[in-house]
Amino acid sequence: MAKEKLAYDEFMKGLWRENPVFVQVLGLCPLLAVTNSAVNGLAMGLASFFVLLGSSILVSLLKNYIPKQVRISCFIIIIATFVTVVDYTLAAAMPVIHKDLGAFIPLIVCNCLILGRMEAFASRNTLRMSVADAFGMGAGFLFALVALGAVREIFGVGELFGITLFGPNFEPWVIMILPPGGFITLGVMLLYFNWVEEKKNKIDKQLAAEDGVN
Amino acid sequence: MSEEKIEQDTGSEEPSPHRLIGTLAVAGLLSGIIIIAIYLVTFETIKENKARELRESVFRVLPDATKMQKLLLKEGKLVVSYKEEKGEEPIYAGYDDNDKFVGYAIPSDGPGFADTISVLYGYRPADRKVIGMWILASRETPGLGDKIYKDAAFVANFDDLAIDPPIVATKKGKSKPNEIDAITGATISSVAVAKIINKGNAYWVSKLPEPGNEPAYEVPAAHTASSGAVDTQAP
Repeated sequence: MAKEKLAYDEFMKGLWRENPVFVQVLGLCPLLAVTNSAVNGLAMGLASFFVLLGSSILVSLLKNYIPKQVRISCFIIIIATFVTVVDYTLAAAMPVIHKDLGAFIPLIVCNCLILGRMEAFASRNTLRMSVADAFGMGAGFLFALVALGAVREIFGVGELFGITLFGPNFEPWVIMILPPGGFITLGVMLLYFNWVEEKKNKIDKQLAAEDGVN
Repeated sequence: MSEEKIEQDTGSEEPSPHRLIGTLAVAGLLSGIIIIAIYLVTFETIKENKARELRESVFRVLPDATKMQKLLLKEGKLVVSYKEEKGEEPIYAGYDDNDKFVGYAIPSDGPGFADTISVLYGYRPADRKVIGMWILASRETPGLGDKIYKDAAFVANFDDLAIDPPIVATKKGKSKPNEIDAITGATISSVAVAKIINKGNAYWVSKLPEPGNEPAYEVPAAHTASSGAVDTQAP
């Protein structure tokens, strides 16, 4: 039972408490580049999720066979192989999305989130925990991508997933779909996350103090 | 002697260079095998996707066409081609239900704002007009430059466009038969499309046969089985 609880904890950690984007501030390059629309964010998030999960499983299974001197090279080889599989699979099965994401699919290899999790977690933990961690981090990244993509698409184009939201008089805030808009939106979201974290810490401290008094 | 022994002890805890090289070699080998496998598995599907996209694009830029065939320039003459040849520069001819020639679909590309833009446009030699345009590939800025294919009004610019003098993109509202309206906020992308079509014309128009002497439609009876054959019927 304790083990199961731990696995769930790992998942929630990736999704919220140590969200790779809003808390760890990792993977910003693909984040800012492909979140000009919600559907692009979704596609990139799913592709990265698949690569992260596959790589975590493989690294965790092979961790006792990879000498630590060459571990980073091996991680990169594993990640790059998965990314190539995703690239060709998308080109065959979903050519429109493949066209939209373009050069950013191969760039998943450079996503420091994935390499970071291999080094920090998958190479040092059991398969079960690594899967939970990959699910959590992948879900957290996906959530960040879709959230950012949705905000930028709504304000920058007036649509969400291609569905027009406002009437013809809506003046799109064009900067939102350009790089500065990405940075600004991310900054605002980081602000919010930090504020929530501080509030939570304050409340925890208060509760602890009250407990101490009692 | 004891020093040597200590060195050897610490040495035996580290994997030998052979182990390191061997691990990387095995990893590389397995990775290579997987990549080749996925390439082979998806090869046919990707090729079909590209061919289908091309077919759809040709019929999009040649409004009345229901059949098409691929043409290659061989010794100064346009001949029908069914095989895929390396480094070929094809254009496509569209025909209507009565096998009457409708126009050429000419591919061309050039630099846009972000990256290369690939264009396919329909050309009618009888009155020297562009009769349709379709963007095959572009990496223009979403929400701005990508209007060159998302904005129906911009694409409609090319439905009846004279090519003499060369096409010009204007910001102030088009008034001449060779002018198109540039997209607000995407001037560079709009101008790029005009330049790309002009470039295609500069290359091809002089090489095309006299109006009326276009290659006739050949029913592809014996050729459909060859690999890379372009499916000539409308979807």
